[in-house]
This record gives sequence, structure tokens and C-alpha cells, in this order.
Amino acid sequence: MMLEAFDIKVSLGGKPVLTGVSLTVGAGGWLGVVGPNGAGKSTLLRALLGLVPYQGNVRVCGREYGQGEQRSRARALAYVPQRPVLPAAMNVVDYVLLGRSAHHSYLGPETARDLEVTAEVLERLELLPLASRPLSQLSGGEAQRAVLARALAQEAPVLVMDEPTTSLDLGYGQLVLELADELRKQKGLAVVCAIHDLTLAAQFSDQLMLLSTGRAVSFGPPGQVLTEANVRRYFGADVEILIGECGLVVSPARRRRPKEALGTCPLAQGT
Amino acid sequence: MTLAPPEGVGASPKPLALKALREPHPERHLVLRPTRLRAWQVGVGALFVAGCAFAGVLVGPYDLSPLEVFTAIAAKLGIAGAHSSPLATAVVWEIRLPRVALGALVGAMLSVAGAAYQGAFFNPLADPYLLGVASGAGLGATVALVYFGAASASVLSSVPVAAFLGAVTAVAATFALGRSRSGARSPTTLVLAGVAVAAFFTAIQTFIQQQHFGSLQIVYDWLLGTLATAGWSQVGLVAPYIALAAGALYACRRLLDALSVGDEEANSFGVRADRVRLAVVVAATFGTAAAVSVSGLIGFVGIIVPHTVRLLAGPSYRRIIPLSLLFGAGFLVLADLAARTVLSPAELPLGVVTASLGAPFFLVVLRQARRVQ
Repeated sequence: MMLEAFDIKVSLGGKPVLTGVSLTVGAGGWLGVVGPNGAGKSTLLRALLGLVPYQGNVRVCGREYGQGEQRSRARALAYVPQRPVLPAAMNVVDYVLLGRSAHHSYLGPETARDLEVTAEVLERLELLPLASRPLSQLSGGEAQRAVLARALAQEAPVLVMDEPTTSLDLGYGQLVLELADELRKQKGLAVVCAIHDLTLAAQFSDQLMLLSTGRAVSFGPPGQVLTEANVRRYFGADVEILIGECGLVVSPARRRRPKEALGTCPLAQGT
Repeated sequence: MTLAPPEGVGASPKPLALKALREPHPERHLVLRPTRLRAWQVGVGALFVAGCAFAGVLVGPYDLSPLEVFTAIAAKLGIAGAHSSPLATAVVWEIRLPRVALGALVGAMLSVAGAAYQGAFFNPLADPYLLGVASGAGLGATVALVYFGAASASVLSSVPVAAFLGAVTAVAATFALGRSRSGARSPTTLVLAGVAVAAFFTAIQTFIQQQHFGSLQIVYDWLLGTLATAGWSQVGLVAPYIALAAGALYACRRLLDALSVGDEEANSFGVRADRVRLAVVVAATFGTAAAVSVSGLIGFVGIIVPHTVRLLAGPSYRRIIPLSLLFGAGFLVLADLAARTVLSPAELPLGVVTASLGAPFFLVVLRQARRVQ
């Protein structure tokens, strides 16, 4: 297994946020983490990355990573944060080079290899023409690709993404996920991706983990986790699970709509 | 139930995604231009320092020609054929050169510490005195001047030591107090703890000063900063500290760039933000305390020089740290030249000159930079 986590427990401010979550992702696997707000999705990812104090074990390729081993951990797990901090005046190439920090000496300069990896990543993500542009002059989609580029420059076998589509409109959101998916297939990355949109989660993940109040309440292939009963129970939402050509679609459904209200709706009259 | 996709849905952004993954070009990395310190930038900075230093040695109440300055230095260095009058040699070698050297050291240290603090605390208003160096040094110096001031011979040796100890104590107190219950030190809690510690030390200092009215003038002179007592012994006293501190901050320049994405992201790619901040605070504090101990509290240099450099050379600390070092050194030598010539033979407080000389210049640079953007 590429990534294994056993019995991860996290308490923040004395309050338990995660109460024993375990997961495994194989090479080329995509684990989607879904759950209602406050379920502990981001906390789980941050524990995997060693960014919050946790109990439990995190292993990548069989090697255990302890608390505080940030430098070696950064060579094993790369992070695409939910709301990345983009220093306005920093240019794209300097930003992506930050992802090489764990590869060259701590105080020393980047090596030719660091530059080469950076260039390769920039080219793959079509950022080479924007390399010397400041981050403040990028569009939302370009900026998100720069963040993905920085994570890929880490050359880590595990890519951890926290809501990578939050700030993007649908097209760019899909594009970023497609890029991550292509790279996963090409390089055999293991992807862990917390994601809000259940349809995108279902279509990109081969395994889903449903978190609720700090526990994994369901784990398995999307069709098994995203049932109408589960969504109603854990999200408090009425949905219809549709099987489209591209996979599973989770569609909101207003089942409790009163029948007589349809009569006054102008759209309903036409049909 | 099955959903058929509507016409044209699959067409939108996917072609770009696939195009992006074509085979990479083999020489692509040659087109990358990561931000580096350029040789010409160092050259301009070095010329500036050299020019300021030469002006600092040349100008003063005793008239010297440039040639006399060179021969005085050459004669002292034992270069054959150089003859200089004993008076010119003494003026150049014992009065002006140590003063220029001390000014350059102090200016370089304050500027580089200011730049490092601004990077470590994401705070454009941060200066080297942010965490209480100034108030601590002020209290230390006041105690020394008031209580040991009677024996004037001991003042010269006791004031720097007291100021240095006061400065280091204040920052240590800030660091001890500026941690939250979870043990983490966020930049904000540290800065706020610094404000509290500075207020406390300043209160004690003000009280002592007010109780000993007779030494008000001498304490006040020290607080405003001066290089009037500069000598080679002081240069030798602080040079090792400043060289070490500036060297450590220079080594951290790339890490300061990494901190600009915030602690959590820096940690995620392997840079321990809390350790970098601790290293920067320790180096900047020792260096600043050493500088302040011989020069008093010279304000404004630590803000104005790094910001001017930032506006001219960009946001990367790979450039800001080394260029602040050079331009800070030159700027303070220039400011000291103004301090001792404008009202000659009286001397202006150096802090007054740095602010009145620096502020208008800074505003001009600020306006220019806005126009360019």
C-alpha cells in the first residue's frame, strides 16, 4: 500500500475532532473524503501531512512518519490546501520552486535538478509561459494550477488535496481534477482528496470515505458509500442517486414538495 | 434511472487538460528565470557603500583633500612612498574611519534585522525593535547612565553592556510570554507580547529617568542615537556579533521566502516555520542589541531601507537581505555625515537625521513604484 493510516485521533483545544480513522490507498488509487461540514475532513488530511498533533500511525510506502519529521514527510506527501496563501508579488517559478524545499539542502540554493523538475511540472500544467508572472496577475484557474504545480514539484508519491475546486467555477474545477487524475495515472500517485461536491467525488474517486463527527461511517466504492439513505442520514439532504454515462450523479431531490404547488409554477405548466 | 448527457457537454475544458500532458520539451528549464541576486545589484550596492564611506572620511571640520585621505590611509597601512602629516593621519584614522566603520556596521545590522523581522512576521511595519529590543536597551542604558554615570570612565564600558543585556532580556521575555496555551507561538501573539513587554520596560525606564532629573540630557541623547563616541574599540566590540547575526540572517534568506505562504503551507513542503522564526528572532535580536549598545536607538533605518530595497528589487528575500545590508550601511554613514555637519560643530541626534532624510526619500520611491505598477 502506498499510504496507510491507522487509528488517527486528533483533539483540537481539548475537543476530539477525529476519533480513530484508518485508511489505505494503493498506488494509482484515488480516495475521496466526503462528509458534512465539521465532520473532520480537513483535520484528517492535516493529520496525514503532520500539520496537526495526532495520535496513530501514518505510513507511506511502508515507512512510518513521526511528528515533526516535516522535511522527509514533504518528500512523501504533497499538499494542495483549500485556501492557499498566494504572496501577491511572488512570481510563478519562485512559488513552484518552494515545492523543492525538502529536496535541496536546507539553507542552500536549488540544484539544476530542482529547476528541471520545476520546468517539467510547469510545462505539464501549461504554466511555462506564465513562469515569470506575479501570482497576483493569475486568474483563479491559473493560480490553482500553480498551487498544484508546487505540490507536484515535491515529487511525493502521495498527493493530498483539500477541496481543490472550492474557489473555482465548474469548468476550472473539473480541469484541475482532470489534471490530477492524469498525473495520478501517469505517475502512479496515490491521491487523497477531500471534496464537497458529491457528484465530482463519486466520478473521480475509486474509493470513498464518508466522515461524520470524526468517524469514518462508510468506506468503499462510490456506489456503496453514496446511497440515498447515507446522504439523508449524514448530510440531512434528500437526494436521488442517478447512474449517468460518466458515473454516479448525486442530484438534490425535493420529495416533500407539495403536489398543489406544482400547479402554480410557470415551468411546470408547460410540461 | 439513467441520464443521457446533453449535447456538447463533454467539449468544454478537457482539450486543454489533455494538451497540457504532451511530452515535455527537453530544454525547458533553460527558459526559467528564478529570482536570484544579480551581480550588478551587488555592484551598485558596493559602489554606494564605498561612495558614502569615502564622503564620510572626506568631509568634516578639518579640511582634507581626497588625495590627503588616500595618502593618510596608505601611510598608515605602510605603503612605501606615502607620506602624510601626523594630524591628517590622526583625523582620518582615529576619528573619521572608526566612525564610518561603526555607522556602516550599525546601519547594515539594523536594516537587515528589519528586513528579516518583516519577513518572519508578515508585517510591513516590523522593525528591529519590534519585540522589545529598544525598550530593553533603553532601560539598560538608562540604569547604567543614571547609576554608574558619576564615574565617566566607566560609563563608556558599562552602557553598551547594560544596553545589550537589557535588549536581550526584553526579547527573551517577549518570547517566553508570547506563547499560547497550546505552546505554539503565532506571529500575532509574539508581536502583541512584544508590545506589552516594551510598554512595561519603557514604563520603568521613564520612571528612573524622571526620578533622576540631572541625567535627563545624557539619557535623552543616548535614546536618540549617536555615533559621536565611536572608536576602533567599539568597532571591534560589535563587529563579531554583527557579522555572525547578519551571516545567519543571510543564510535564512530563502527560508524567509518560504514563510511568505504561511506557517502551515511552509510546514507542508518541509520548512519548519516556527524554527525559522526562532532562528531569525535570535540572530536579529543579538545583532540589533549589539548595534544599539554602541549607537543608541537609531530609528527608521530598519523600516526604510528594506522597504526601499523591496520596492526597487522585488519581494524576494534573496535580494532584500543582502541589498539591505549594503544600502543600510551606506545610508547610515550618509545620515551620520549629515548629523555632524549640518549644525557643525554641534551634532544632531542621528535618529532625527535618519527620519528627516529617509522619510521624504521613501515617499518618492513609494510614489514611483506605484506609478510603475
